[in-house]
Amino acid sequence: MISWFESSLGYDWAFFLATIIDILVIALPLMLAVAMIIYADRKIWAAMALRRGPNVVGPFGLLQSFADGLKVFLQETIVPAAANRTLFLLAPIITFTVALIVWAVVPFGVGVVLADINVGLLYVLAASSLGVYGIILSGWASNSKYPFYSALRAAAQMVSYEVAIGFILISVVLWTGSFNLSAIVMAQKSHVWFFNGYILNPLMFPMAVMFFISSLAETQRAPFDLTEAESELVAGYQTEYSSMSFALFWLGEYANVLLMCALNATLFWGGWLPPVDWAPLYYVPGIIWLFAKILFFFFLFSWVKATVPRYRYDQLMRLGWKVFLPVSLFWVFLVSGYLMLTRVGVGS
Amino acid sequence: MIQALAFYLFAFVVVLSGALTIASRNPVHSVMWLILAFFNAAGLMILVGAEFIAMLLVIVYVGAVAVLFLFVVMMLDIDFTELRAGVARYFGIGLALAVALAAEVMIAIGAWSTGPIQLARRAAPIDDTVPNIQAIGNLLYTRYLFVFEGAGLVLLVAMIGAIVLTHRQRGGVKAQNISRQNARRPQDATRNTSPVVGQGVEL
Repeated sequence: MISWFESSLGYDWAFFLATIIDILVIALPLMLAVAMIIYADRKIWAAMALRRGPNVVGPFGLLQSFADGLKVFLQETIVPAAANRTLFLLAPIITFTVALIVWAVVPFGVGVVLADINVGLLYVLAASSLGVYGIILSGWASNSKYPFYSALRAAAQMVSYEVAIGFILISVVLWTGSFNLSAIVMAQKSHVWFFNGYILNPLMFPMAVMFFISSLAETQRAPFDLTEAESELVAGYQTEYSSMSFALFWLGEYANVLLMCALNATLFWGGWLPPVDWAPLYYVPGIIWLFAKILFFFFLFSWVKATVPRYRYDQLMRLGWKVFLPVSLFWVFLVSGYLMLTRVGVGS
Repeated sequence: MIQALAFYLFAFVVVLSGALTIASRNPVHSVMWLILAFFNAAGLMILVGAEFIAMLLVIVYVGAVAVLFLFVVMMLDIDFTELRAGVARYFGIGLALAVALAAEVMIAIGAWSTGPIQLARRAAPIDDTVPNIQAIGNLLYTRYLFVFEGAGLVLLVAMIGAIVLTHRQRGGVKAQNISRQNARRPQDATRNTSPVVGQGVEL
């Protein structure tokens, strides 16, 4: 596409335009996917609770999310009188934007990635550490008790679990020898016999499990959804929000969930590689394998939400600091020790 | 062209948000401007090709340090009139500090551009083929190993010091014994009885 634009423009403007079009090509289907995934989420909980779930709007209720979107769009935006107006309106925008920008480095196939940068994983960490600002600011700017409690909880929770996630990512990086997400996917090709993915590697399997649980905590999904624990905090940081600002929180939250599913798939399950390194499977486009894995993880997320009771806050902190942090630190030690012994993944 | 535009955009926003960090009246707004300044500084670093430092800046300063800042500032009960009275009092000291910093930066740049460091760099130019991370890692773990380890040790001591200073043993607090809680089974905690009417149960 760059070359197509280059015929009429200079290289840098062609690159600029092509990048903007690429961003739209990723972001617009993502929005559609978020709408559909909210529907899927509700259907899965309903099935697990022996209910029907949304089934009125459109065939099988498929258009439910769009109806909800239209509804909130037509509602009045209410800004509480005591709220800090600018930050109050800025907070959902931050949440939503941050949930979208990480998708820039997620590889969808061989070379199919918006930004194939060699600090891809650091970019993921950097962008996901911004996600907490949306919640802290919404809590503070609402100038109300429940959102403020929720913001404090969210900040502590996300900072705690990011530490463990950092160590888990380091073990992946150690094994791959690169921060580039495409390189990480390629390194998983027939990693254990003919299976693609780090997941079957006995040294990486515990890391994959911990990463999944940490990603639940990072996205504030059940059983770690203490920031919006409705029995204690009404709706947490979203309590004072209405209309589109509320919808942006929802979209951002689900875009984040999808992103965490994509990261689980990319880092441990081989990303866009088929599960088995067998030639006919490569005829299926990589993006379909990636979507299948994302949907699988999304099903796990919903399954957990439908079945696992909420943690107490002290249990959450204990799990993060006293279990995940030491175990992942020890595991980094173990993985690097093993790699030093066998020299796997070292160029020299 | 676009690079120049991006540079001026980032540089302008850094300067502007740096000024607004000091100028804004609400401390939370100050922290937000500071975060914006960090962010755009990271953008500038990406422009000069130091992508690793840029990412670290965002992860460490925006993702961790500024969150703690915001945390503390949000929970402070700040008297704004008193704060503004302080500005006039400390204006001289602040100005002196700013002048000293600016002078030091200028002296450093002057010394750097004339001295042997610049010549040494010309003799051994930066290798563009080696990624940032690899280059920094090679230096940190070979040439500057002891300095690096020493910095780590200083941070460790600082952390332990902070814990020692703030930790206090409180009496009369019920601590949880998680393994005992988890080991507890329903049959240890409950008992099924069928008491005669009017007699009740012995606890």
